[in-house]
Amino acid sequence: MLHLLWLIPSLPLAGFLVLALAGRRLPRALVSIVGVGSVGLSALLSLLIAREFVVRAPEGDAFVQTLWVWMNVGGFAPSIGFRLDALSLLMTLVVTCVGFLIHLYSTEYMRDDEGFSRFFAYMNLFVAMMLALVLADNLVLLYLGWEGVGLCSYLLIGFWSRDPANDAAARKAFIVTRVGDAAMAIGLFILFTQLGTLDIQDLMQRAVREWPVGSGVAVAAAALLLGGAVGKSAQLPLQTWLPDAMAGPTPVSALIHAATMVTAGVYLIARTNVLFTLAPSVQALVMVVGALTLLLAGCSALVQTDIKRVLAYSTISQIGYMFLALGIGAWQAAMFHFMTHAFFKALLFLAAGAVIVSLHHEQDMFKMGGLRKQLPTTFWTFLIGAAALSALPLVTAGYYSKDAILHHAWSLGRAGLVPWTAGVLGAFLTGLYTFRMVFLVFFGEAKTKARHGPGFAIHLPLVLLGALSIFGGFVETPESLGHVTVFGRFVGTILPEAGTAHAALGPEWLFHAAAVGLPLLGIALACWFYLLRPRTETAGLGLDSLRRFWFSGWGFDWVYDLLFVKPFVTIARLNRSDAVDWFYRVVADLSVGLHLVLRLTQSGRLRRYASGIALGAAIILAIVELR
Amino acid sequence: MTPIAPEHAVALAAVLFLLGLIGVLVRRNAIFVLMSLEIMINATGLAFVAAGAAWGQPDGQVMFLFILSMAAAEVSVGLALVLRMYSRFKTLDTDAADTMRG
Repeated sequence: MLHLLWLIPSLPLAGFLVLALAGRRLPRALVSIVGVGSVGLSALLSLLIAREFVVRAPEGDAFVQTLWVWMNVGGFAPSIGFRLDALSLLMTLVVTCVGFLIHLYSTEYMRDDEGFSRFFAYMNLFVAMMLALVLADNLVLLYLGWEGVGLCSYLLIGFWSRDPANDAAARKAFIVTRVGDAAMAIGLFILFTQLGTLDIQDLMQRAVREWPVGSGVAVAAAALLLGGAVGKSAQLPLQTWLPDAMAGPTPVSALIHAATMVTAGVYLIARTNVLFTLAPSVQALVMVVGALTLLLAGCSALVQTDIKRVLAYSTISQIGYMFLALGIGAWQAAMFHFMTHAFFKALLFLAAGAVIVSLHHEQDMFKMGGLRKQLPTTFWTFLIGAAALSALPLVTAGYYSKDAILHHAWSLGRAGLVPWTAGVLGAFLTGLYTFRMVFLVFFGEAKTKARHGPGFAIHLPLVLLGALSIFGGFVETPESLGHVTVFGRFVGTILPEAGTAHAALGPEWLFHAAAVGLPLLGIALACWFYLLRPRTETAGLGLDSLRRFWFSGWGFDWVYDLLFVKPFVTIARLNRSDAVDWFYRVVADLSVGLHLVLRLTQSGRLRRYASGIALGAAIILAIVELR
Repeated sequence: MTPIAPEHAVALAAVLFLLGLIGVLVRRNAIFVLMSLEIMINATGLAFVAAGAAWGQPDGQVMFLFILSMAAAEVSVGLALVLRMYSRFKTLDTDAADTMRG
């Protein structure tokens, strides 16, 4: 069974080829079957392979399948090879299963779109590239997948390219992530020149052997890889593209900009965790980036009016949690949060999509309201997702994963004070902005009449993801709550276990009180502001300028515009009549002028030519004679 | 009969050559251009013969025979061109046939 591994990324790729080449001529039903079926088969196959992998673990807890050598240049011979271990299996399962549900949802969401087959072609290509990214056994193939998903992200953000704003958002996403990708590419060059291989396992072994902890080159390589991860995962300071990326269709936001692609940075760091352990300063930087991002994005999410932008900022914030976990060495907790986040954030986006469609593409939350009765299934599933996002204790998956991260920070002692504080403050903000969204959209008086509720293809993914958002967390519970460690034992074969050698920050009850209490406090505040005492935001509080500041995402766009975009545009404008072109234009003009002069001699008159010959002969004779 | 001095013969050839050249450059009728060309060719032939006689060598006369046959070939090609030109342009004016101007 394991040897069928290559089929998992190949099936979506085949789906993409079929749809890209013949999609226009196929009827919509067939496009749906190819588009959803290829990912569905892939998901089925990964489930079967996962079963086999768990029942009979292969030697060394990893299965490597090398298809062929990609290129062989001077000792540099990356292969097209897949490596299945607990980490990549987890990613594969999430990508294919969540991907399948989102594809299924899209058949109804995109039903009336003229680019139906184009949409599924891009989505299939995305899934194939994402699978190549997570299954790659060397960093070159990983980079191929990395750029491939970036391309698909670009294509899908600008999917409705009639609107120039969508194009601008797509370009922004592409260019901003490109900054990180360039750093990552340089990191790969350093790794290859220093260690002579890009095979991930070899690389990690050699790095441990050759580089002492904290050595300069290890720090440089880890920092550059972090640059790539920061760009792809929309962390500070490259987070500005993600809110604008919501210009794409909602299933795209759910799949690419919430569940899978944006967590590629988390995967990269977890995959190369050895390298980050060798560079403690960079690992601390990861923690700082995560902590800052989760707080800044949480504040921004508080004041957004567009439902998708709230979710976008909350995605940035939740990935901040994952970075925080990676930064304090809670590798397993980071991947656990990645998994639960994929479930509940995909669910939230899909439910938001259902709301948006029912309200004729209205995205402003202040024009929604009272949808609880009109869209009951959507309401309940959205509520489950919101509860999981704000880590409602005991019953939701989000609680267990966030608790694992916070608990790890808590157990670090004094070193964990900063990440823990940021984490619980973030949890408070999460509860507040999440339930602000719930109350604005589903409670209160109905401001817009919803059309008929969505159908089966939308409801099924919502219900399944809702179930996963609840039960997905029970695979790993803290000691005080049953102490289930299925997840930890599963990924423990790859990711080092979190050490607990330090004295905790304080007594255990205090931790639980804060971890449970602050999200609940946030929810209660949201309830007070938006349900019991509904009024316009911050009215009378004199916080309008702060609200605008947060609304614009802490002015990052403004600063970047001032620092990079404007100077660049100015230089481009100054150089509109290109200085280099000017030289060539002179050359061209000169030859055109010469041509015009010489043209006059070609009169077509025999006598002119004859006199020319005679004159020439006379001149030559004169030269010969007079010399 | 006194022999003609080579200088005189060469001077005559030069005069004939110039006359022919002027004819080529001035006349617009293709027939006259051809005739002027013949005069130029014969002028060169005369110069060869004169030079041969001056040095007592047969080469000059041999060369004249070559020139004669070459002139015959030239005339046949030239006349054929003139015929084609007339059927195409309905005139023998060389200036009118300037369709190959740049």
